[in-house]
Amino acid sequence: MSITLEHVGKSFGDKTVLSDISLTLPDGGSVCFFGPSGCGKTTLLRLICGLEKADGGTIAVPKGTRFSVHFQEDRLLPWHTVAENLALTMPAGEVGGWLRAIGLPDIGNQYPDELSGGMRRRVSLARALGHDSDVLVLDEPLRELDAAMAETMLELIRARKGNRLLLLVTHDRLQAEALGCEIVDMQMEA
Amino acid sequence: MKYWKQILRKVFPLAFWLLVWAVCARMVGKELLLAPPSSVLRRFSFVGEASFWHTVGMSLWRTALAYGIGVALACLLAVLCSLWGWLDDLVRPALAVIRATPVASFIILALVWLSAANVPILAGVLMVLPVVYASAREGIDGTDRNLLEMARMFGWSQWKTWRRVVVPSALPSVLAACEACVGLCLKAAIAAEVIGTPKNAIGTRLYSAKIYLETDALMAWTLVVILLSIGIEKLLRLLIRRLLKGRLTHVHHA
Repeated sequence: MSITLEHVGKSFGDKTVLSDISLTLPDGGSVCFFGPSGCGKTTLLRLICGLEKADGGTIAVPKGTRFSVHFQEDRLLPWHTVAENLALTMPAGEVGGWLRAIGLPDIGNQYPDELSGGMRRRVSLARALGHDSDVLVLDEPLRELDAAMAETMLELIRARKGNRLLLLVTHDRLQAEALGCEIVDMQMEA
Repeated sequence: MKYWKQILRKVFPLAFWLLVWAVCARMVGKELLLAPPSSVLRRFSFVGEASFWHTVGMSLWRTALAYGIGVALACLLAVLCSLWGWLDDLVRPALAVIRATPVASFIILALVWLSAANVPILAGVLMVLPVVYASAREGIDGTDRNLLEMARMFGWSQWKTWRRVVVPSALPSVLAACEACVGLCLKAAIAAEVIGTPKNAIGTRLYSAKIYLETDALMAWTLVVILLSIGIEKLLRLLIRRLLKGRLTHVHHA
């Protein structure tokens, strides 16, 4: 069953961020929301995830849909080590494999504040990819990564997406194309 | 050299104030009004008596009981009130009244209902409860919304979210409040002992010293309370550091 949005609108105070958005997000597909900063890409993801309420229209998400999300910020628990953070969203036996997959096999016992921004983003990406879910939401997952590392992570996303619906936000059209995403072009609201 | 300097920096203020005390006592010239350090020190021979340790032990036991009940009740109320708004509306004015009422009023009132031995426990609880509750609420309400959203998106249960996100977020402010009010709890319990004069209590010894005009004993027991307060605070701080090991640093960085 797919996720559908009909005539969805969202404003923050006087500022209209989204208006009259209608979309069908295919089960198991890959969709990229593409557009300039401030056009409402992240807001749209938050509406789909149920983290925001739409001002108008309807969003139909099948009951029991499980999400795994990579937010713009890493959102790791600072009082837990990297390994503990990952083990909270995936089987403990898989943590080592995911750390190797993101090229950071030795950081399991370190705390998030001991890592660089790029390392934290990779851990956060591993957390999202490793979590058993129906929808994989990635909000600018490759930001702050150098070109070579971004390419490696792109490959990892492609390999581990599985049958999940991928919802991606990025400023790089090439990344969206590399993941075979259907691109939804978004414009700034007047 | 550095080591000696450190020792000197600790010993000098102590020696200075002892000297001020001794000079003042000599100037006053009446032990009844101000006992000199030498007389107070002589009184400290009571540490060799079994009754001293019994008295101190009982007062500490009442304080520990009051502190434990106060902290547990404050944390429980903070959790429940953050979950249920109606309970918060109910509890908030009651705690405001407890906070504003002089502890002596509660003690006198409680003596009507409770035995003298139990009043210090109630006084201690009433001293700890509003302080720890306020800090726990502040910690719970201040939990990072981003982390709560993360927990929600990964489908964590409410129990898991509380255990992994909310409690660790609130812990630093709760522990700071626990550290701050352990001394207050001891002082409130002893104040209640002075008024209620239960058996085997530091407060009762203070009261007796006052009644029999034994100023040196009064000051010696006061010194005992000061030393106990400092000792308990240091012990608690050590226990908290041990309990959290290195994690406290990372919590503060959050």
